[in-house]
Amino acid sequence: MNKAIWGFVKLLGSAFRDLIPIILVIAFFQLAVLQQPFPNLSGVFVGLVCVVLGLALFVQGLEMGLFPLGEAMADAMARKGSLVGLLLFAFMLGFGTTVAEPALIAIAAEAGSIAGQAGAIEDTAESRASYASGLRMTVAISVGASLVLGVFRILKGWPIHYFIIGGYILVTIITMFAPDEIIGIAYDSGGVTTSTITVPLVTALGVGLSAVIKGRNPMLDGFGLIAFASLMPMIFVMIFGMLA
Amino acid sequence: MIEFILHTGDVIATTVFDVLPIAAILFFFQAVFIKKKPPNMKRILIGFIYVLLGLSLFLVGLEEALFPLGKTMAQQLTNPEFLDIAKGAPVHWQDYMWVYLFAAAIGFSTTLAEPSLIAIAIKAQEISGGSLKAFELRVVVALGVAFGVSIGAYRIVTGTPLPYYIMAGYALVIMQTFKASKPIIPLAYDSGGVTTSTVTVPVVAALGLGLASNIPGRSPLLDGFGLIAFASVFPIVAVLGYDMLTTWLKARNINNEKDDR
Repeated sequence: MNKAIWGFVKLLGSAFRDLIPIILVIAFFQLAVLQQPFPNLSGVFVGLVCVVLGLALFVQGLEMGLFPLGEAMADAMARKGSLVGLLLFAFMLGFGTTVAEPALIAIAAEAGSIAGQAGAIEDTAESRASYASGLRMTVAISVGASLVLGVFRILKGWPIHYFIIGGYILVTIITMFAPDEIIGIAYDSGGVTTSTITVPLVTALGVGLSAVIKGRNPMLDGFGLIAFASLMPMIFVMIFGMLA
Repeated sequence: MIEFILHTGDVIATTVFDVLPIAAILFFFQAVFIKKKPPNMKRILIGFIYVLLGLSLFLVGLEEALFPLGKTMAQQLTNPEFLDIAKGAPVHWQDYMWVYLFAAAIGFSTTLAEPSLIAIAIKAQEISGGSLKAFELRVVVALGVAFGVSIGAYRIVTGTPLPYYIMAGYALVIMQTFKASKPIIPLAYDSGGVTTSTVTVPVVAALGLGLASNIPGRSPLLDGFGLIAFASVFPIVAVLGYDMLTTWLKARNINNEKDDR
């Protein structure tokens, strides 16, 4: 038990170390550049304690729960040998975690009002809402599809860079045809799809799969799922912008 | 204080609600396809609770301590009065030096505390058998974000088209891909996707919106977007570049040793 407590204290220490840069940056700009006092100093302090504690708990939970679970499931799925089950799992994981993602909901709503103002759709609350939900579904489906493709790549052992470079070329081509007002949103949507709980699970899935399948190297084949999940939505969202 | 506790309860409830679909999917596949309990079920559940609690506390703390300050700061720094710019004066990109510096500093420091990046880095260290240090990887990624967000701020100031920059980033990544050592490539690609979540997005988005609404001729709706995209491409460049640099340094050391003999 003592060992566990000591381990957690170490985690607290590294969480604090991770926050030092933010504290320094904020303090420097507040005091030296903007030359203003700190508002609500006690609140800031309580907040920082929460952040440090939260980060340490999160890392502890990662190693106890999310990583082992992701790997155990990948392992069990691979041993079952059910390709359909595995791909369905990948799709559901991508779709299910993305469709409810708060950052995505916020961005989609914003996109709806942009499209309304730009005259791409009728500027009514109703058509904006339907645009926003259409966009959300598009992104969620694209993340699901990209995990399916990514898992398939791991199974086949294809090198990742062909896919990513191909994806970049596709993005470049589609950008030329996509309406201007969707491009910024499309590019940003790639970054917001991968939430903090999805990332460890998806990483563990990839690494777990490549550890079970003969001839796959976890370093070469296990990573890359996240990369697919951040590239594919860009392509899908621009296509959505062209069709909507 | 009571308000604070209530708020914490709220955030925990939201986090749990966000995780419900994931939990449902995991449970469904566990029950229907795998039909076998994973080992250490109890430990995994406790870990799950830690993750939920940790994330909630983390978010509450950020909302309490960092986001309000970061957001006001982003607005104040982009304010023409602070930057000493006369009303209606033409836009000179040099006038915004503090903004670029703030963009880089805040990009670097928030990325270093990004939980998804921590997760990937831990995994990478584990798999590489320790030859790749988690903290080192995170610092390199954070440097990439710093550079990216700073360039992104410059783009908003000058109003130049977003695709050009991103395409240039892509071209760089493609060239580097052929030079970098193979095992780092998938990890580098992944590191682009994990830099922008919980911590970085709110502050960086506030910076983009502040800039776009304060600079004449920019529309917050059209130009406010795009900073996240910068923060997703440049970390890839940074990680691949770091790998090329260390490989080159190693090769040089070996050559030097040969010469000494």
